[in-house]
Amino acid sequence: MGEYQLLTIMRKVPENSSLRVLSHEEEVMDLLTDCQLSTSEDENDNNDAYDGKVDGIDDKDGNNEGDNNNESKHQKLLNVICGLGGKKRLTLTERSEANPQVSEFGVSTEGTREKLELTELLAPIKISSSLGTVKKQLKNVKNKNTVELPLSKEKNEQSLREAAYNKISQDMNKWDPIVMKNRRAAQLVFPLEQEQVLDVPIEEVLEGWKVSTPLENKIFSLLHKNKRPVTSAFLTSEEKASLKAMSLEEAKQRRAELQKARALQSYFEAKARREKKVKSKRFHKMLKKKKTKEVLKQFEQLHKISPTVALEKLKKFENARIQERMTLKHQNSGKWAKSKAIMAKYDLGTRKAIQEQLIKNWELTQKLKVPSDSEHNEDDDEEDAGLVPAIVNEVQLSIDGPNPWMQKQHLNDTKNSPTQKKPAANEVAESEEEEATAEGKLLLQEAEERVFWKKVEQESQKQKHTTTMTTAPTKMEKDEEVLVQLRDLSKQLNQKVKKKSRNGIHPVSPPSATHSKPSIQREEQALLNDRPARTLEEDLEVLDTEVGQEQELLKPVMERQHWTHSNQKSPQKMNEVPITGLHTIISMKAHIANSFLSIPTFVEQEDCDEDKTQKQLIKEAFAGDDVITDFQREKREAEKASEPKDIDLSLPGWGQWGGPGLVINARKRRRFLIKAPKASPRKDKYLPNVVITEKRNVHAAAHQVNVLPFPFTHLNEFEQTIKTPVGTTWNTQRAFQKLTAPQVVTKLGHIIEPIKENDVEFSPSHFDLPNL
Amino acid sequence: MEAAPKPSSKAQVKTKGKKQPLRYWEGKADEASLLPSSLTAPDSVIVTKRKREDGTQPRGSQVSKRPKQTQRFKSKQNQKNLKSKHNQKHLQLKKDLRPNQKQELRLNHTLSGAQDPFPGPAPVSENAVKKFQRSSKFVKKHPLKFVTEDKLKAATDEEEETSVRAAQAELLLSEEPGFLEGEDGEDTSTICQADIAEAVDIASAAKHFDLNLHQFGPYRLNYSRTGRHLALCGRRGHVATFDWITKKLMCEINVMEAVRDIRFLHSETLFAVAQKRWLHIYDNQGIELHCVRRCDRITRLEFLPFHFLLATASETGFLTYLDVSVGKIVASLAARAGRLDVMTQNPYNAIIHLGHSNGTVSLWCPAVKEPLVKILCHRGGVRSVAVDSSGMYMATSGLDHQVKIFDLRGKFQPLTSRALPQGAGHLAFSQRGLLAGGMGDVVNIWRAQGQGSFLSLDQPYLTHRLPGHVHGLQFCPFEDVLGAGHSRGFSSILVPGAGEPNFDGLESNPYRSHKQRQEWEVKALLEKIPAELIDLDPRNLGEIDVISLEQKKKEQIERLGFDPEAKAPFQPKQKKKGRSSTANLVKRKTKVKDQKQREKVRQSQQQQDQQQKKKKKKLTPPLSTGPLPSALDRFKR
Repeated sequence: MGEYQLLTIMRKVPENSSLRVLSHEEEVMDLLTDCQLSTSEDENDNNDAYDGKVDGIDDKDGNNEGDNNNESKHQKLLNVICGLGGKKRLTLTERSEANPQVSEFGVSTEGTREKLELTELLAPIKISSSLGTVKKQLKNVKNKNTVELPLSKEKNEQSLREAAYNKISQDMNKWDPIVMKNRRAAQLVFPLEQEQVLDVPIEEVLEGWKVSTPLENKIFSLLHKNKRPVTSAFLTSEEKASLKAMSLEEAKQRRAELQKARALQSYFEAKARREKKVKSKRFHKMLKKKKTKEVLKQFEQLHKISPTVALEKLKKFENARIQERMTLKHQNSGKWAKSKAIMAKYDLGTRKAIQEQLIKNWELTQKLKVPSDSEHNEDDDEEDAGLVPAIVNEVQLSIDGPNPWMQKQHLNDTKNSPTQKKPAANEVAESEEEEATAEGKLLLQEAEERVFWKKVEQESQKQKHTTTMTTAPTKMEKDEEVLVQLRDLSKQLNQKVKKKSRNGIHPVSPPSATHSKPSIQREEQALLNDRPARTLEEDLEVLDTEVGQEQELLKPVMERQHWTHSNQKSPQKMNEVPITGLHTIISMKAHIANSFLSIPTFVEQEDCDEDKTQKQLIKEAFAGDDVITDFQREKREAEKASEPKDIDLSLPGWGQWGGPGLVINARKRRRFLIKAPKASPRKDKYLPNVVITEKRNVHAAAHQVNVLPFPFTHLNEFEQTIKTPVGTTWNTQRAFQKLTAPQVVTKLGHIIEPIKENDVEFSPSHFDLPNL
Repeated sequence: MEAAPKPSSKAQVKTKGKKQPLRYWEGKADEASLLPSSLTAPDSVIVTKRKREDGTQPRGSQVSKRPKQTQRFKSKQNQKNLKSKHNQKHLQLKKDLRPNQKQELRLNHTLSGAQDPFPGPAPVSENAVKKFQRSSKFVKKHPLKFVTEDKLKAATDEEEETSVRAAQAELLLSEEPGFLEGEDGEDTSTICQADIAEAVDIASAAKHFDLNLHQFGPYRLNYSRTGRHLALCGRRGHVATFDWITKKLMCEINVMEAVRDIRFLHSETLFAVAQKRWLHIYDNQGIELHCVRRCDRITRLEFLPFHFLLATASETGFLTYLDVSVGKIVASLAARAGRLDVMTQNPYNAIIHLGHSNGTVSLWCPAVKEPLVKILCHRGGVRSVAVDSSGMYMATSGLDHQVKIFDLRGKFQPLTSRALPQGAGHLAFSQRGLLAGGMGDVVNIWRAQGQGSFLSLDQPYLTHRLPGHVHGLQFCPFEDVLGAGHSRGFSSILVPGAGEPNFDGLESNPYRSHKQRQEWEVKALLEKIPAELIDLDPRNLGEIDVISLEQKKKEQIERLGFDPEAKAPFQPKQKKKGRSSTANLVKRKTKVKDQKQREKVRQSQQQQDQQQKKKKKKLTPPLSTGPLPSALDRFKR
């Protein structure tokens, strides 16, 4: 509002002091530019333009100005106006011509009454600031690239359409699997969403169930009587109790324990396995020793803890000793020992081995000293203190004494000194004992050895003197000898046989079978190979005889034929059976056919009981109609008829003389002859007694499929799909129903709605085919 | 198509399901193991010969008794089967398990704690399943599209499932085939009919009978497809049909004309009679319904039940197919081989076999005007032809006194042959592969020696002497009975183990009622197979017609002017600096071409190597123990 007033006032400003006014105006402008004004026009020229501008400014920024500002500006303005004084108002001359460029020559000074001086014009203009903005804007304009033309409407629409299409097609892609599934499905049942059969465990179903009928009432009363669970739980109270017996924590603890135990076990097992694999004998010896020591230690401990148990164990050892004594395991009577004994005289190693064995025996048979209780107990008591931890002793002591825990301290004081001394002494004593025992052992060994050697010598002497000893070992030896002899014999025999076979004389029994078979096979092959080579007559005749004579021979052939027949279906395939020498057959045919009657047939020679006469009779009766030649002729005719014929287009009389008796030139005929393509080989090419027509059954072909339907690219693919017959005649009723089930089944009275996006994953009809 | 394997036994059939027409040496083990108990089938005769002393015992008690030896044998067999069964892997229906798996898991923890001792579907032995599988497994040679692979997988799954189901349903085939065993290697051919009739139960013994009809000349016969009814025709005009088990006569007439052959049509209500001049059709009351004048001087009749075709062979040398469901002649083929009087059908593929006087047998189908196959079988004329139920073997007998058995699966070569003193005038195969041959007034029956072996003509299984010369032979379906028409009437001979013990109640039910027959008739008519489909290999229909496929493609290429599926030929890239000169281009082209060629050659070489290796493996005899060949051997002659 303020501005407006200002403008009205400005109109009244006298023109004489234009510059001043201008300066004032500039001040005003500055004020106005506070609210961001950009005016690029020269305000000198016209106020109207200025007015318009300011109006615009006013329109734009009226609201922006604060009231305080307004007041101060107003004051300023008032001051300016007051300073103008009461001078006459100047009339401004307006330049009316439209000229975009202001020329210095065209500047009119009309109405100003003052001469415009060049200096004035040249004087620097104060208001550079406003021009700066203009420059900036110009720069900006220059820097900015030109905006391209907007697309034409059609193009715009097209691009929009394309984008939309892409988006939607992407959206639609998610239906692809469903569509595929539906297409592949053998049967679709609509509506697709069917209420699913509740697949709830029976327990849940039973919970919501209530007794309604009298029968049920009765049943439940019975159950109640017998205290069986009725509703929710399927466990009796006892079962529940058993379940509750162990708490969760307990169970966990127990489980952990078990786990640990198992782990430990596995470690030990692994270790044991590792050790077992070690091959070093020394290692194992050491191990054994260690073990025995341990066992001894344990035993001693046990002896201390509970002598009765220890005694029992000792008895067990004793048992082992007795067993060892009973057996002859480690004595010199074994086979091995005997064999070694012979060598022992000359070989030190074997002697040592025998010694070792004897020592073992001695060790095992050594009676363990069961120390007298009185002596031992004293020792024990003393020893125990050193070897065994104190507490154990104390525990044992505690049986008769007072509480060990109370005694502990002062006991310690007393026992410390002897415990330290005793073990060393013990050790010494033990080692001494061991030495003594070792010496004893050695002595014993020597003695025994002597006895042994004597025995051996005696035995050998005995053997020398009396070969017919009837002791068991000699018997055995004899047997062995016999066995050895037998073996030798058999070896010799074998060698002989081999030699013979090498020389070409076949051993009689086993190879004969192997040999005879191939011979039969060869014969068969010969038969097979011969057959086509023979002419028809021969075939017929020889087959007659052969069948009679060599049924056995033919049987395998027949079987083979049987097989081949069953294997090969189409006659064309069968023709591929390699049969050679067709030309020879053809050439021979005529020859033998001529000599047919003269050759005495096998049938006549061989044939059964009665009938030389009858055969001849028959032959005579049918002498006129030679069946076979007739047939051959027929076949040849058929072959000829089925052969594609060349077309001769040569005309007599063209290019040369024509008439009766004149032959067309060979070259000309060749030139006008259209050769027929070679026919495929006849089906009966290799079957001398058969004529198979080459004519196609056109009527049947009319019923055949003669196009390859869409997805198939090869004949056999399609044929595979139509091979199974569908009708009830060839199928069971159920199979028939399934084969002829409709592709789409709609339920009556149900609305078929399109698939919803949400249901896509769960529609069951894709997976389940109806069960017939 | 006709007798394509029918593994089914329908679920709703209470009694028994029909079995796949097995060859009799196949898979008897499975059957036997299914029901080891000694149930005697009502329609199969189980006989073992006993000494004469047993003959004094009352008849009823004899049947249940069986010599210990045979029982022991049987039990051993069963043990074997059981053992083998244990060893076999067991297949189960995968699919069936899938949806139920969760439930099963849960069910295992029942409240009571009781568990199903046999959880899941019953296991089936792999061998049993294999028997019902129709195709070998598909071997993928190159990567396939997902869709293709899906389809193939679905197909194989289906196939496996159906075969497993069929194998499971085999349990319903409860009847065992009959058998006859001699004591201590005694020849069974010495056992006479009286002995057999004595040993079996009364019902079975009643199936052995003779009709003494000496007035009206040699008789021909035909059993209906259910095996319940019998039609007889004497050459001098006597025509009769009756329920031969109850001996209830349906009709008996004399047509006052020479009668050559008789045949039931699809059911026992209609039968065709080949009379001197025309073909006549009568109903079960003996009323003449039709006189087909287009079929004249018929000698032999055959009825193809699945196509409703009556095939007639005439004296004039024509083979005529008459569609009895619409009364139209489908085809009339000139055999060009003189008088036709030997005819039979192949029950596997409905091909008609004709025997000719020049020793050939020709195979015919109505769609082709010439014989599909012509086989030279005998040096004299062919006297009779028979084809077994599996369609694999053909037995022929000729004027050269030979009986031969031919393989019909492509090669048409004789498998066995035997010379008989008189030659067999009539031959017939039973459902389980026994071969009967009539020679003069003697009927011989051959069978395979031992399980799994092929029919042997060495020793007859049974022999029987008839009162007159044989004129017609046929085994009764689903019964252990051979019917023989001869010059003095008709005899029904017991042949243990001849018939299929289990019948398909929906297909040919001997006990069917009037209503059931009508229903069956409608169904059969609906499932009638067009006559054009008769072919040597009935499975051809399941294959793509390659020739027309190629033709179509050729035409398409012609139409378009280019092959849409062809691979573009190699085009060398344009290069600069003179490296794209014509010579260079050619060089580059040849380079690529040569590479391809080399690859091809390499592949073929590899294939050859493999083949040779295989051959070597096959051919190398076991290492000979003989001396090494000397270096001079190569100069030997």
